[in-house]
Amino acid sequence: MAACTVLVTPLLYVNKQSSLFYYKACNIHRQCVTKKISTSVSRCSSQADPQKKSRPHELVGVVGLEIHAQIQSNTKLFSGSKVGFSAPPNSLVSFFDASLPGTLPVLNRRCVEAAVMTALALNCTINKKSFFDRKHYFYADLPAGYQITQQRRAVAVDGQLAYSLLGGRKRNQIQSRTVRIKQIQLEQDSGKSLHDDQRSQTLIDLNRAGVGLMELVMEPDMSCGEQAAAAVRELQLVLQALGTCQGNMSEGQLRVDANVSVHRPGEELGVRTEVKNINSARFLSRAIDYEIQRQIEALGRGEAVLNETRTYDSKSGHTIPMRDKEGLQDYRFMPEPNLPPLVVYEDRGSVPAGLLGAEGVVVLEGLREGLPELPSVKRARLVRSYGLLPEHSFTLVNEDGLMEYFEAVVKETRKEPRKLIGWVTNELLGHLKHHNLSVSKCPVSPSALAELLELQEAGHISSTVAKQVLGEMWRDPGRRAPEVVREQDLGLVCDSSDLQRVCQRVLDSHPDLVRALQEGNKKVLNRLMGLVQKETKGRADPVLVRSLLEEKTS
Amino acid sequence: MPGNRWALRYCGNMLSLTIKEVSLALREGKISPLELCRKCLKRIKKTQHLNAYITVTEELALKQAEEAESRLLQGVYQGILDGIPFAVKDNFCTENIRTTCASRMLKDFLPPYNATVVQKLLDQGAVLVGKTNMDEFAMGSGSTDGVFGPVRNPWSYAAPYREQSGGAEDDSEWVITGGSSGGSGAAVTSLTSFLALGSDTGGSTRNPGALCGAVALKPTYGLLSRHGLIPLVNSMDVPGIVTRSTSDAAIVLEVLQGRDLKDSTTVQSPTSHAGFSEDFDVRNLCVGIPKEYHAPGLSQETLAQWSRLADLLEGAGARVREVSLPHTQHSIVCYHVLCCAEVASNMARFDGLEYGHRSTEDSSTDAMYAASRHEGFNAVVRGRILSGNFFLLQQNYERYFLKAQQVRRLIAEDFEHAFSAGVDVLLTPTTLSDAASYSHFIQADNRTRSTQEDVFTQPANLAGLPAVSVPTALSSRGLPIGLQLIGPAFQDGMLLSVAHWIEQRVGFPSISNYEVPNK
Repeated sequence: MAACTVLVTPLLYVNKQSSLFYYKACNIHRQCVTKKISTSVSRCSSQADPQKKSRPHELVGVVGLEIHAQIQSNTKLFSGSKVGFSAPPNSLVSFFDASLPGTLPVLNRRCVEAAVMTALALNCTINKKSFFDRKHYFYADLPAGYQITQQRRAVAVDGQLAYSLLGGRKRNQIQSRTVRIKQIQLEQDSGKSLHDDQRSQTLIDLNRAGVGLMELVMEPDMSCGEQAAAAVRELQLVLQALGTCQGNMSEGQLRVDANVSVHRPGEELGVRTEVKNINSARFLSRAIDYEIQRQIEALGRGEAVLNETRTYDSKSGHTIPMRDKEGLQDYRFMPEPNLPPLVVYEDRGSVPAGLLGAEGVVVLEGLREGLPELPSVKRARLVRSYGLLPEHSFTLVNEDGLMEYFEAVVKETRKEPRKLIGWVTNELLGHLKHHNLSVSKCPVSPSALAELLELQEAGHISSTVAKQVLGEMWRDPGRRAPEVVREQDLGLVCDSSDLQRVCQRVLDSHPDLVRALQEGNKKVLNRLMGLVQKETKGRADPVLVRSLLEEKTS
Repeated sequence: MPGNRWALRYCGNMLSLTIKEVSLALREGKISPLELCRKCLKRIKKTQHLNAYITVTEELALKQAEEAESRLLQGVYQGILDGIPFAVKDNFCTENIRTTCASRMLKDFLPPYNATVVQKLLDQGAVLVGKTNMDEFAMGSGSTDGVFGPVRNPWSYAAPYREQSGGAEDDSEWVITGGSSGGSGAAVTSLTSFLALGSDTGGSTRNPGALCGAVALKPTYGLLSRHGLIPLVNSMDVPGIVTRSTSDAAIVLEVLQGRDLKDSTTVQSPTSHAGFSEDFDVRNLCVGIPKEYHAPGLSQETLAQWSRLADLLEGAGARVREVSLPHTQHSIVCYHVLCCAEVASNMARFDGLEYGHRSTEDSSTDAMYAASRHEGFNAVVRGRILSGNFFLLQQNYERYFLKAQQVRRLIAEDFEHAFSAGVDVLLTPTTLSDAASYSHFIQADNRTRSTQEDVFTQPANLAGLPAVSVPTALSSRGLPIGLQLIGPAFQDGMLLSVAHWIEQRVGFPSISNYEVPNK
């Protein structure tokens, strides 16, 4: 356990510096396991970076994703019972959810609307008519013995998701990519089984049974874990912006299975495996890269890749074959006879008379106009309106609430947004990551930060002091910047006789630096300035110090 | 012996009245709901050997009757059925009253809710006297294949049959009720309840209706809610109505029909269609006689009744003409595939976990499932599950299920063609012949019998059309013969009007007219 902790901590530590959590993690992960998966790394980065060309006969990874997103809705897909994550076991179960005989499904319009909104945001074609089907298998947490899903025709097809990842040496080059969305289908979630091996019992919790899911199928347009993680992160942001899924992977609101294969570019796709049980984007990236490398190595040894389901073990970082229950399952699909076709109408005018306003009638008009600002649009707006760098826009949008925070600060200060961005994306976010807090839990309000930055902008405090004051405000929420500056006497020292004395003392005690400066090494001046700031605890007016030092050494 | 056990005598007016009559008598204070209920319960006890009921809800019935009585005394009527005893087939969920589907699987199942149709009757103030016997999970056409034993046709013990079958001393030649809603058929004709709910998937209400001499309506699919009806085939199941007169069936239909938010396949009954009328004029009616219904095995007597009725209608001014429903011949095999497929799916939920029979086998979850299902279901149910799963296998789906669905569409189109060509209603037999004796019936297996017995009834289920069986005469064996009317979708009211016209002219006798001989 200890070894494990040690291994993990540095990763987290470095990550906290950036909200580009997954991309960085991906990067660091590579460094950590480079020895093991070197080929995978070079191949992946060569794909991600258009400047490098991969050799055509080299095996590369091909990754597609199947994503189950729990629909954010008060009630379940086909029943009126509430949806909740941590309710007592079996407390959110209707007669239908428990599959009592004689009960029938009643489609929840909210769930359909959520799927349609998601489909619109992902540029899908909405099927005007789609169907529900039964998928049969016996499992203890599937009370009816079948899942209601959309096998024959899904509610939406043929979409795409644009996502970006940071490439280049400094990870500051934006690389834009697209993944095709094959389809979005509505289906029921299952319950949960808890196996008690000691008493050889299985306990069933049906709270989740019947919760609405959107299954999104992403085509195999990705080639490594980093890309998959970036695509999933972008999807998460889209879903959260739409309010159609909370998108929390650790709570199972977003579940990702990866279909992984390897092939030589231009050749047919290889045999794929499905990797399940991945509960974070970081693990997704690792699991995929491990699996690609495993397949390459297996093929290298002359072994075949088996079409199998594997599970990701986050402790070892390996994928392991899952115990296959009975070989290939035949789900014996059948049309769900208790639900009429799902019809989505273009506008209110096309709804047949008498059905308008009826349960289960979904109209595109209105949903389309009601779509919120999507993450890609937000980023473009940030770059355009505030003159930010694209990577900054990523940080602001990817961190929940950070963009709103930033914009609130901008409103309350005269400081230019471009100069202000570092305070938000480095200083503030650094503190947040260090304390593992979300933006909504930030103890320093946007107006308090704005007030602090105003002091600096007006020349009352140096930027060094400003950072110090921010630290104080963090430790003691509610304290305002002017108060801290006053109490701790942190205002800039502008009195030239005081500074004259300090400067002279510094010069006298560092004759070597003075000599170097006089010999033309201008860099030494910064060194001397630093020493003066140290003496004054960062309170000296840097412009004044510079001119005094120059005067005294010339 | 049986003559002593149950003397089928004229038992006073009260129990043999129609709903319309008894409702009026209750309102006028001529009959007390409590007295009426007690009489029904007493008669249920007396007719216990019919095995019509799986559960008799005596206590609850008396309580409900008491409530009805105090309402009526105050002049407050909850509805036209207030205080009227009714029975429900044991595949409709009834809150806290065991609902078994005549299966070991659900022997102790207490549903926590009422089926919509049951609730609607209760909301009218009707008094539930019990749950009726059936074939296990409604899979059968004899009411002989339930875990609680076969149902006996009340006409087995009435004079016309007993005189023909050679004496009262021999109890072995009793006849079946038909099925699978045989308990409901027997309950209504033996005068233990004024109406009963059946379910009709391939003829399960009309078949016992015909063999027991009751009016049996299979409404248009979607007109009545299936919420709470434990399904056999979701796409064909409808709650059926068994009564002693067509007017009664119309009253009950009126109460039960309409959109139910809990069943997405229900629709609001279209108001454009004519409702039930007791003064229906058949002169403008066009009656179709499907030639394909001259099926092998059709008894001479049933054929004679069929012709008689056609002549009767023609004589009264209706246009009677032969029509063709060419795909009818395929309906049995088509039905068999679709039925088994849905059965396999619907029965998947019975795994012994949430409810129902659970085996003591506990070596693994899978072993427990297998044992529970093996112990819980009879061979008929298991056989249909097995073949249904076979039909649904990926490699078979197109050859069986998809093909059957296509044939189903053709069968429905046959009806559409006939109706769009000007035919208002089709007249057909309901069954091949009158009721078989139990000893004869069980000589063939369930599948063979279902294939034979459902031949005239299940095309209407495949097409979702309304159909009603009306008793027309007693056969030479002294057993009821019924004929069937099939109409266009949502023309249930018109259908009952025509049935009423027939009913008025054939003068089918009530069982209460006959005293048991040798008594």
